[in-house]
Amino acid sequence: MSANTIRGKVYVLGDNIDTDQIIPAQYLNLVPTIPDEYEKLGSYALCGVLDAAAYVPEGRTKTPYAIIVAGRNFGCGSSREHAPIAIGAAGGRAVVAESYARIFFRNCVATGELYPMETPTRLVGEFVVGDEAEIDLDASTITNLRSGAVMPLAPLGDARPVIDAGGLFEYARRTGMIAPTAHPDVREAVPVNRVVED
Amino acid sequence: MTEKILARASGKAAVRPGENVWVNVDTLMTHDVCGPGTIGIFEREFGACAKVWDRDKVVIIPDHYIFTADDKCHRNVDILRRFVREQGLPHYYDVGSPRYKGVCHVALAQEGHCRPGEVLFGTDSHTCTAGAFNQFATGIGNTDAAFILGTGKLLVKVPPTMRFVFDGEFPPYLMAKDVILHLIGEIGVDGGTYKAMEFGGEAIQRLSMEERMTLCNMVIEGGGKNGIIEADDVTFDYVRARTRKAFEPVTPDADAAHVFVKRWNARTIEPTVAKPHSPDKRAAARELEDVKLTRAYIGSCTGGKLTDFVSAARVMRGRKVAVKTFLVPATTEISQSIRTETLDGKTLLAIFEEAGCTVSMDASCAACLGGPADTFGRINGPEVCISTTNRNFPGRMGSKEGQVYLASPYTVAASAIRGRITDPREFLA
Repeated sequence: MSANTIRGKVYVLGDNIDTDQIIPAQYLNLVPTIPDEYEKLGSYALCGVLDAAAYVPEGRTKTPYAIIVAGRNFGCGSSREHAPIAIGAAGGRAVVAESYARIFFRNCVATGELYPMETPTRLVGEFVVGDEAEIDLDASTITNLRSGAVMPLAPLGDARPVIDAGGLFEYARRTGMIAPTAHPDVREAVPVNRVVED
Repeated sequence: MTEKILARASGKAAVRPGENVWVNVDTLMTHDVCGPGTIGIFEREFGACAKVWDRDKVVIIPDHYIFTADDKCHRNVDILRRFVREQGLPHYYDVGSPRYKGVCHVALAQEGHCRPGEVLFGTDSHTCTAGAFNQFATGIGNTDAAFILGTGKLLVKVPPTMRFVFDGEFPPYLMAKDVILHLIGEIGVDGGTYKAMEFGGEAIQRLSMEERMTLCNMVIEGGGKNGIIEADDVTFDYVRARTRKAFEPVTPDADAAHVFVKRWNARTIEPTVAKPHSPDKRAAARELEDVKLTRAYIGSCTGGKLTDFVSAARVMRGRKVAVKTFLVPATTEISQSIRTETLDGKTLLAIFEEAGCTVSMDASCAACLGGPADTFGRINGPEVCISTTNRNFPGRMGSKEGQVYLASPYTVAASAIRGRITDPREFLA
């Protein structure tokens, strides 16, 4: 996931999309580290949202929408890592929201599943479901390819290389924070200068 | 106070808000919903033969999906059991054994794992409950938890502190639940994001430990990173009755920097309700008396402690509920107390049964977060429910068609009797 651009169809949501709407609690019996349960989590992504078109079509495991545009406080509620994982497993690659709940943001970075992009202004009204859009991670912009409008995003800063690497552990290995391969004697994590948000 | 704990845990003389510091973790808690995923990451990243950093600092409390026929839920508890056996972990509270406790946040406190001045992380957003014990406690995801299991450390951004002061004394019809709902209504569900929420003032000092836990429990519904309260004799009595481990509390400085300080006269706060579908949709209970209910629910880490049941019993004694009312204690210790504690010579259980409530003695998270279809008290259709739990986002207690109003045990009990939302004051005269 280290390309500079993310291009795909857009799914639009409002404010305070909480973790119960992202992945309802009845599906938390699925364990994300078990491959077929990871896929299954994807099939339920955002199925708890009220009055919205399905994010993942009935009977499918993947979403046609790589980009979610939302309002304030995306991912509020539970600490369940199943939430960013469900969206990522479904094929979602980025969320573009005015703000995030702290734990959800951190879980996006730690898992490397999703780029949680912040917007300085509200963009919910700038997109309709199904619009094609492109996020430029270097320039920190999102372009609505239907309307041609280019809108600024807040830079991801130190969080980006962690997500690019595929999450906290892979990042830590690549930067020498922990041993390059899994080893039973690994005990000590050494702080480095580039740090994860939060 | 939060800064002092994080400074101590990171081996520094002082830390400032916004600084990223590596903290040494005193306790890591996980449960049946996030434990298996955490263990999966730990074994993948550190190796199948890796050992946890400190066996005495890992606490595993299955509590979410216990009393269900769902196979995967049982499989998940088996994963915990296997890990506990392989790692030789002493602090495991197994399902179906006399050690089973129930809801992790209450069990942590009751079993002596909450100690002033310490750092606690848990794979559950309501881990912030333990801030009531003057510790830094917050929720994290599986990946961070797996990192702690292997290293005993986590990178934390030091939060700035919002301080909330309550002067005087809360009126007798008011509970900590009303206070936190009032406060979330004030700051909004994201008003505390990335911040510590510190509670102080004479009215807070008068609260029991259970009530302080309710207050800190719901800081996450205001977006807060952690809640924290100064330790006093109430804290020390509770903690020393449950652990012999030494601890060192932190105290607030008179000149500490805050994002802001908000003050209330404790007397002025009214019985408060959060309307569907958000904990910050605040109204006074008396403003909602035309809302008809189809059910009531008392339980969870937020509203299923002994104080919560004693309060509900004070309202329900000698009366009948008008709607289906589900009660489930947070822990087995509380289940036991419901059978033995009395009010006017009657046990709490007898009061509830005579009132027509459906009481489960199977302590767990139950329907607070919906759960598997066969979960006790789960909302499976277009119910209108008043509940002592913590969240009312769409579908939180099960069906998306359900509507959940959040309130104190007094208000829930009074509303159950009337069949519509009711200010409890008239029942407590």
